[in-house]
Amino acid sequence: MDRLSNFLKSLTLSELRKGLGVTGRHLFRRKITVQYPEEKTPQSNRFRGLHALRRYPNGEERCIACKLCEAVCPALAITIEAEERDDGTRRTTRYDIDLFKCIYCGFCEESCPVDSIVETRIYEYAFEERGENIMTKEMLLAVGDKYEEQIARDRMQDAAYR
Amino acid sequence: MPEIRNFTLNFGPQHPAAHGVLRLVLEMDGEVIERADPHIGLLHRATEKLAESKPWNQSIGYMDRLDYVSMMCNEHGYVLAMEKLLGITPPLRAQYIRVLFDEITRILNHLLWIGAHGLDVGAMTMFLYAFREREDLMDLYEAVSGTRMHATYYRPGGVYRDLPDTMPQYQASKWHSQKEVDRKNEKRQGSMLDFIEAFTERFPGCVDDYETLLTDNRIWKQRTVGIGVVSPERALQLGFSGPMLRGSGVEWDLRKKQPYEVYDRMDFDIPVGTTGDCYDRYLVRIEEMRQSNRIIRQCVDWLRSNPGPVMLDDHKLVPPRREEMKADMEALIHHFKLFTEGFCVPEGEAYAAIEHPKGEFGVYIISDGANKPYRLKVRAPGFAHLSAMDEMVRGHMLADVVAVIGTQDIVFGEIDR
Repeated sequence: MDRLSNFLKSLTLSELRKGLGVTGRHLFRRKITVQYPEEKTPQSNRFRGLHALRRYPNGEERCIACKLCEAVCPALAITIEAEERDDGTRRTTRYDIDLFKCIYCGFCEESCPVDSIVETRIYEYAFEERGENIMTKEMLLAVGDKYEEQIARDRMQDAAYR
Repeated sequence: MPEIRNFTLNFGPQHPAAHGVLRLVLEMDGEVIERADPHIGLLHRATEKLAESKPWNQSIGYMDRLDYVSMMCNEHGYVLAMEKLLGITPPLRAQYIRVLFDEITRILNHLLWIGAHGLDVGAMTMFLYAFREREDLMDLYEAVSGTRMHATYYRPGGVYRDLPDTMPQYQASKWHSQKEVDRKNEKRQGSMLDFIEAFTERFPGCVDDYETLLTDNRIWKQRTVGIGVVSPERALQLGFSGPMLRGSGVEWDLRKKQPYEVYDRMDFDIPVGTTGDCYDRYLVRIEEMRQSNRIIRQCVDWLRSNPGPVMLDDHKLVPPRREEMKADMEALIHHFKLFTEGFCVPEGEAYAAIEHPKGEFGVYIISDGANKPYRLKVRAPGFAHLSAMDEMVRGHMLADVVAVIGTQDIVFGEIDR
């Protein structure tokens, strides 16, 4: 009896039909496709993308050149040079991040005692020429200025967990 | 009569079915494999050596990149070895979160495996179905750690951050109206745990779909039944572990045999195969996904009702909370000390192994009391499996090599390290 039913199942291609049934069922399901450049998948406020340097509300840059991020960076992607300014405060004269070296672990943001270096939500960036992978201080500050609102909101939402 | 000679075929390293950068030198007799010689090392990044030159914590991010389809499990092995040497136990909630994410990682890994294996063997659709579910799990990774793959989430003493109370939502666009987006966001309204629970309710049905597509399928069976048979004795001799060993019928699972974290509180079964061929290993992995789903549910239930710390409170090892750091001098000193110098681990050696989706992933560390390891050795399950490649494919046809590579679930990140 078993043999007969197996033979019949095999002859009628029943398992292939069932498989095709799954495909057919999904054919009429709601699509989950996201139309990428116009539409994006949900993004967490903890997202770690492109770096930025932030400023205080009065326009002064936050970074005090304590070099914690430089020390903690596993990939040695950060280079900092610092000098004392005329007003006696200590600021960076050079703050470079090599995006080829960076492994986006988020340790720089974790280590920063003044919330200056952050990893933003930006993930769509590409380089066309050699050398564009180095983010200089000006570029980082520009990213920070442009997205400050979003950056501040994300940090605030996540403050309870950190 | 002309002399008949064997033909040598180079398989990979650019072959799409070679799962990365495997180069196989195959000695063929017609279409039958006489000898297979895997060449490795094309993805060697000296992770072990690299770890010797940086403080303990800084290598966590590099562990993600070993087996890059089961990221958090690699971290777990490393962090567990460190904790063993430090003699610390993370808070219970952190242990549950780790188990939760280990099992999510196991499903992630097996989904990629079933997609890639199916694709190699000819079941193209599997890839699309498997990646649909992976998307949700990747979202969980992102929600908790901030990256979809290389999480750097586990730390000695716990995990970096607690699970978030909200999930990110889809936004309306010109392609999808607010109504459609609301429907998509239905599962994302509650906390992350709600989202996981919704996933666990849906997931067994998805596995049923995969099984309907593959388990009885005659083409799938023709390609996998009786291919790459390994007897239980031989599997043990070859140093197999994980689904490769269980597929051969040996009931061995580190989660049961030497429970770490809170696995001894979990209720789950170990699936075991009988014949030790590719088909049995497929069935074992499918069942493992169901069991992982069960474990995830238990973790979710516990985590829901037991809030608490996810990190130790020992500021010689764990940086203080940010608020504390900004207000308290001593906390700031700890913060600076930990992020420049790191912590020192007492002299000694430790081996910690976890049940990685691919098998026994072990990390052996020797410390000379400094703030970085003296030596780090990673025991990658894939390496032992790949070593058996020659034995498993000998006498099979060329097309079966692809099925065997698939069934071994090879990832070059961990083999070449």
